Amino acid sequence: MTMTDAPAPSPTSSTREVLSLRGITKSFGAVAALSGIDLDVLPGEVVAVVGDNGAGKSTLVKVLAGVHRADSGTITFEGREVTIATPADAQHLGIATVYQDLALCENLTVVENLFLGQEKGRMRLDEVAMEVRAWELVRQLSAKIPTVRIPVAALSGGQRQTVAIARSLLGDPKVIILDEPTAALGVAQTAEVLNLVERLRESGHGVIMISHNMEDVRAVADRVVVLRLGRNNGVFAVKDVTSEEIIAAITGATDNVVTKRSAARASRAADGAPVEVAAAPATTDAVGGATR
Amino acid sequence: MSGSTTQTTTTPTAPSAAGSAVPTDLQDERLRQGTGLKGALSTFVGNLRQGELGILPIILGLVVIALVLQALNPIFLAAPNLVNLLLESAAVGTIALGIICVLLVAQIDLSVGSVSGLSAAIVAVLFVERGLPLGIAIAGCLLTGVVIGGLYGLAFNRVGVPSFVVSVAGLLGFLGLQVYLLQPQGSINLPFDSPLVYFAQQAFVPPLLSYVLVAALAAGLFLTGLANARRRRAAGLSAGSLTSLALRSLALLVGVGLFVAYLNTARGVGWMFVFFVGLVLGLHYMLTRTKWGRSVFAVGGNVEAARRAGINVRWIYTSTFMLCSTFAAMGGILQTARLAAANNSTGGGDVNLNAIAAAVIGGTSLFGGRGTAFAALVGILVIQTISNGLTLLNLDSSFRFMVTGAVLLLAVALDSVARRSRTSSGRG
Ligand SMILES: Nc1ncnc2c1ncn2[C@@H]1O[C@H](COP(=O)(O)OP(=O)(O)O)[C@@H](O)[C@H]1O
Ligand SMILES: [Mg+2]
Repeated sequence: MTMTDAPAPSPTSSTREVLSLRGITKSFGAVAALSGIDLDVLPGEVVAVVGDNGAGKSTLVKVLAGVHRADSGTITFEGREVTIATPADAQHLGIATVYQDLALCENLTVVENLFLGQEKGRMRLDEVAMEVRAWELVRQLSAKIPTVRIPVAALSGGQRQTVAIARSLLGDPKVIILDEPTAALGVAQTAEVLNLVERLRESGHGVIMISHNMEDVRAVADRVVVLRLGRNNGVFAVKDVTSEEIIAAITGATDNVVTKRSAARASRAADGAPVEVAAAPATTDAVGGATR
Repeated sequence: MSGSTTQTTTTPTAPSAAGSAVPTDLQDERLRQGTGLKGALSTFVGNLRQGELGILPIILGLVVIALVLQALNPIFLAAPNLVNLLLESAAVGTIALGIICVLLVAQIDLSVGSVSGLSAAIVAVLFVERGLPLGIAIAGCLLTGVVIGGLYGLAFNRVGVPSFVVSVAGLLGFLGLQVYLLQPQGSINLPFDSPLVYFAQQAFVPPLLSYVLVAALAAGLFLTGLANARRRRAAGLSAGSLTSLALRSLALLVGVGLFVAYLNTARGVGWMFVFFVGLVLGLHYMLTRTKWGRSVFAVGGNVEAARRAGINVRWIYTSTFMLCSTFAAMGGILQTARLAAANNSTGGGDVNLNAIAAAVIGGTSLFGGRGTAFAALVGILVIQTISNGLTLLNLDSSFRFMVTGAVLLLAVALDSVARRSRTSSGRG
């Protein structure tokens, strides 16, 4: 069903990919935010994109969402080479993006938020049709929302994430991009959202999930794409990689403070002697996720 | 993928919508919302607790104020006085409708008084001095309102001037224009036999027709509710209890019917008031049943979310400013008609603040995104009741201002308390 054994992407990979990036480059003035990024997403696959702050993750999302236009490189969607110049282009193709700040109206109900800007019936809203469709989406995600006629203000963080994801499903997208979907959530709500991600995979969507949290990545992703300083720094199948290896790729060194720390801890556990940690760890969020 | 196929695969136990005993929207076991009349009642009480006050407290307040005034002066509740009170409410109530629109998008227009005064001057100049047909004079006023709102929208969207500031500039500027137009006398009288004055002072709904209208209103409520319930059931959704719908329609029929019958013992219901109620219902439809109305609430709740949802936020702002000025212009025409004259002080004095106070007293939030068109109706009735009652008690405007101020303060305090209990019960 899922593609955990998918090979690392190469320019010659097959046409099964729903989305395929080759050599994507994007600069802001003198800053090369992305240089030569390759990325493949298969239907029914969750690809995690990880990287240190400033690695270019958000820029990559924005290129795919049509917020920024790539300077060079090609984007292939369902076997066709496409240009994504505007958010409308992305939506039209079937690439939906759920941004970290979910952009919901708290004074409006779940249904009203789901259909905001794309209501059925201009001068005579078709509330029944919208509510029926809303329930379909909620059921499809096996989401825990007691009623769709409740203001979003009354929902928990996880439920709001659910609403935002359900909203992205309205246009029947092929690829869904989630920017840090669990960043602000507690344990139970994180699990809820990870379940949603699995639902998306089961229904055959390609999912790109930006994350800082190794646990989440290991829990749901099939492949991990590591960005470092705007470049690809490794693609791993999650089932045969350790968190340490991913973090090594994120920080750009196998022999770095993070791996030293875990090595130190391992040897301390082994011979019971306290070991001096070489330096204070460079504070990346990824470290926090991994050494938790 | 289509939603209906995946629905059955992901939750195989969920019964299909059409054939299930439990409606789609009531299948979550945490939902304690009962069905039937009892359910409707308990939902209502729950909402009240959580700060979803709706319009109920202010209606109770209105009843209390009316009873106190009646105790102080038995003339207050006499039919001729109530007939008058309703007629007096129409003009400023119409202006309050516009205020509701701008408050919903979390903006304000402080110039509605001046705009209504300007409109009064325009209708008088065009109709009386220039001798143009009444229809053209009225159209000129409304067009002026549209243009003024458009200018506010332009200044707000393109230049980024806060609506507060733009409209204070408008307040002064349009007052000046009003005075200029009415020179040299500073006042223009409308002929008493003109249709406009007749409409505002002499035109009453014939008793039989008044009952027909009330019956139509109740039947409309019942039938649309019934049709809606049918459609929801057909789609596998829950629908409110038929009994409660029937009871509400009956209450409307009997309650309003009796009130109208009482008014009919005097001159009856003025057409101008009926016109105002028509505007309220029209705006209510626009706000709750159209894409535009939904967008207005979205912009008031979270502009950024609205923008990202593809809503033309600038147009929503501009259209609410336009509506506000146009309602103000309309209110100006009604004031002129009522007084049979336009003068330098038309739209001045307390008109501006009464219109804003009416919207807020009626339950429109000052923070945007919350309110209904009915706020104008209920709010203006409260203000007119106070004003009328105190006048009957031979208390001058100083008392009127103080009491209205106190009521406004109470309403704003209620809004804030409700907001807090919404927050604490997780309803934002
Ligand atoms: N709009 C922008 N203008 C200029 N520089 C930008 C802009 N957006 C991102 N950058 C730069 O591009 C690099 C990558 O940023 P970003 O994609 O936000 O990283 P990440 O999301 O992985 O933390 C950073 O050096 C950042 O400063
Ligand atoms: Mg970022």
